[in-house]
Amino acid sequence: MKIAAPKEVFKGENRVALTPLSALELIKLGHECIVQSGAGISSRYDDNAYKAVGVKIVKSAAALWKEADVVVKVRAPEKEEVNYFRKGQILVSFIWPAQSKDLLEGMKKIGVTAIAMDMVPRISRAQKMDALSSMANIAGYRAVIEAGNNFGRFFTGQITAAGKVAPAKVLVIGAGVAGLAAIGAAQSLGAIVRAFDVRPEVAEQIESMGAEFLMLDFEEDASGEGGYAAPSSPEFREKQLECFREQASDVDIVITTALIPGREAPKLWLKDMVEKMKPGSVVVDLAAERGGNCELTRMDKRIESKNGVTVIGYTDFPSRMATQSSNLYSTNIRHMITDLTPEKDGEIVVDMNDDVIRGSVVTHAGKITFPPPPPKIQAIAKPQVKKELPSQEDIKKKEAEALRRTGNQQVIMLTLGAIFMAIIGIYAPPSFMQHFIVFALSCFVGFQVIWNVSHALHTPLMAVTNAISGIIIIGALLQVGDTNIIVEVLATVSILIATINIVGGFMVTRRMLAMFQKS
Amino acid sequence: MSYGFVTAAYIAASVLFILSLGGLSNQESAKRAVWFGIIGMAIAVITTVLGPGFNSSGFRMLFPAIIIGSIIGSVVALRVQMTGMPQLVAALHSFVGLAAVFIGINSDLHPPLNLTFVELVIHEVEIFLGVFIGAITFTGSIIAYGKLAGSIDGKALVIPGRHVLNIVMLIACIVLGGMYLNHAGTWTLIAMTLIAFIIGAHLVMAIGGADMPVVVSMLNSYSGWAAAATGFLLGNDLLIVTGALVGSSGAILSYIMCKAMNRNFISVILGGWGGTSGPAMEIDGEMVPTDPDNVANLLNEAGSVIIVPGYGMAVAQAQSSISEMTKRLRDKGKSVRFAIHPVAGRLPGHMNVLLAEAKVPYDIVLEMDEINDDFPETDVVMVIGSNDIVNPAAQDDPNSPIAGMPVLEVWKSKQVIVLKRGQGAGYSGVENPLFFKENTRMLYGDAKSSVDALLSKIS
Repeated sequence: MKIAAPKEVFKGENRVALTPLSALELIKLGHECIVQSGAGISSRYDDNAYKAVGVKIVKSAAALWKEADVVVKVRAPEKEEVNYFRKGQILVSFIWPAQSKDLLEGMKKIGVTAIAMDMVPRISRAQKMDALSSMANIAGYRAVIEAGNNFGRFFTGQITAAGKVAPAKVLVIGAGVAGLAAIGAAQSLGAIVRAFDVRPEVAEQIESMGAEFLMLDFEEDASGEGGYAAPSSPEFREKQLECFREQASDVDIVITTALIPGREAPKLWLKDMVEKMKPGSVVVDLAAERGGNCELTRMDKRIESKNGVTVIGYTDFPSRMATQSSNLYSTNIRHMITDLTPEKDGEIVVDMNDDVIRGSVVTHAGKITFPPPPPKIQAIAKPQVKKELPSQEDIKKKEAEALRRTGNQQVIMLTLGAIFMAIIGIYAPPSFMQHFIVFALSCFVGFQVIWNVSHALHTPLMAVTNAISGIIIIGALLQVGDTNIIVEVLATVSILIATINIVGGFMVTRRMLAMFQKS
Repeated sequence: MSYGFVTAAYIAASVLFILSLGGLSNQESAKRAVWFGIIGMAIAVITTVLGPGFNSSGFRMLFPAIIIGSIIGSVVALRVQMTGMPQLVAALHSFVGLAAVFIGINSDLHPPLNLTFVELVIHEVEIFLGVFIGAITFTGSIIAYGKLAGSIDGKALVIPGRHVLNIVMLIACIVLGGMYLNHAGTWTLIAMTLIAFIIGAHLVMAIGGADMPVVVSMLNSYSGWAAAATGFLLGNDLLIVTGALVGSSGAILSYIMCKAMNRNFISVILGGWGGTSGPAMEIDGEMVPTDPDNVANLLNEAGSVIIVPGYGMAVAQAQSSISEMTKRLRDKGKSVRFAIHPVAGRLPGHMNVLLAEAKVPYDIVLEMDEINDDFPETDVVMVIGSNDIVNPAAQDDPNSPIAGMPVLEVWKSKQVIVLKRGQGAGYSGVENPLFFKENTRMLYGDAKSSVDALLSKIS
């Protein structure tokens, strides 16, 4: 199949859906690759780089769309691009189907199979094609860089000859992929990082990145489907804002990444909070495209508040690092196409029974297939319902119960033993009882001694007890030399085999023990 | 030598035997402790021969018997392979049993004189018991030897109505015992011996495979009780003490083994596996095979490795290759440790001896309880020829036949490599969900050749 990447037409979009590296991999799968001339130039890939790996270069978008079986893109198709579509063509790109009904209708009418990279289900198997995560990762990093660019101080604390520099304090709101990437970047620049999220289970992830998790004293779990957050209750929101208000006067940089699927971004950093911040502070709002988490955010703009706080509302963070973004995005695309080419023979099969493909296909065979049915596999394991821990008292009760039971058993055993002894004692002659004392005590000594034997030495223990049980030779020694020939023969044989036991047992034990060496 | 001196010597010997067992509490003191045992034995034998109970006309038979016995014993001890230890131990048990039978019969042919009536009855009970235990030990050990050496099919032989058969034979023995006490003659003793031979053989035939450690330690215990019973019938305290020591040692080992399999001693001895209480859990997922290249890469990248050896390692004689691999990985600064389940192998402590033979330092060979909590922090776990002892079903599936058995929690580690001959289930016939886990990879093939293949890729 011919896979083609046109030059992005959206203004300011620098990324490209196919890099020379990913094209090479696709060619290995039996596909042909086509790139519009200049498509990769903003990502620092010129036409020659593509040509070198065997990619065909076409001049115009129209020619490219005409020739292509599969079109790979970054941004959803613009109006002018929809006109290029023809029946049976496959599109792989970001589509945002929930917000672009017209586009879906248009593609449905023409009969295009559209695969939305933003709809790839969040299951382990599909992580390699999760373009949202790979782009969010870049956005998180870039947000810190943009913040640093607009922030007039060091991130890291220093003590220099010219005076002491306090470290910058960064607050990250929303610890999704972007949030965690921002935490990591800010942390490695040396800032003090705090982070907040409505999902209590991410506390561990936040702390693993080295940031401090801002804990709310409130019982509510706002985890939604697929690892995203769900909207929170008004009481919870109030608590949350109170916490932010406290932070506002302390922190220097705020990075907000809070998004709830299918909704406007929640307003979390209010006007009064910005006013409380120190002059020169920076707010980077990664949710600007969806209305912004900060009340002052203006989409695609950098503004400065009256008290000198910079509020950044860019929406093109990944595009600002086009080479990096193109590399990651084209790899996501390549994995998607690899999954679509199960036989590795250059033939694309859209298997609607596959959870990942079913989830991402939004129009197929003249139908809109969005929204998809819920995936068969749970995206992220539901947190286990906590088992009710037995209380201290219960444990104590159980222990006491067990103690009593073993105590009772012991008493019963001792009583039985005493009765048994008494019976023997009544009938048996004193000579037997003397031996019996020796026997009983030896059993006890044996039990005490053997419990201390290390598990690792159980085989030598068996060998040495083997040797020692050869002591039975004494019985035979006392019988040998008899006039009765049967007794004589049996005793001699007994001596012989008991000697084998003694000699063999001890020698093999020594051999084994000699092998045990310390490192 | 006077009777008193001999008794004093016996006390010394008893103390030395206790010290030699007590010394096994750690590897270093154990090396010295064996000498206590050897000296104790020498004292006991020499004073007995020089003491008043010895018939001087016995010398002509004594020396040839001791010399031949010593030669056979040394040859066997020097030749035996460490993987063959279980067989050797079983064979040695059978000798003690046989000697107990012979001495008992001798004692019947030559009863001590001047006994009161009660003393005579007790003496006869002692003979009867001693011979009974000795006979069971003898044939039981021979069958165990055959099974461990592979000359008898290792699977449990389950005859229908075998419990009834055992009970009938036991009752016959008791009846014969009653007749014997009523002086029906030596033939009752011989008849009982023969029946006890059958009981011993049948008992062990019904037990197989992974239950063998219990059987071997049980026979160890029996051989001790047989010696103790012989001590009673001869009125010899040294035999009683030693027999009791060995008997309790074997009993404790059996108990530890049973505990490690979460099984009842009685049910192990009666043979066969307990029935399941319901259908086994469905296993989903598939076994994912891998190749030595991948495993070598994993090992090269891992920081910490735990190796879980089992009977399969012993069968394939892979221990020295594993030791070499361990050495190379340790030289690269990786943490490599061994996790030993109490019932791994066919003899208590079998794996420890095999690894020691292959020069694996004993301080990196750890017990289940010591290492089980460390699996979650471990990068790679290699399971070499073990199956049931790493089966998560023991914890997850209440219907599994091995439910509740303590197991090594290898599946909690980041990556598990299972070296296995084929896809079949383990000895117990229980499917192992470990093999189907997402973080498990199967490396099929003989353990030794697999490890050798790895060795060539880890430099």
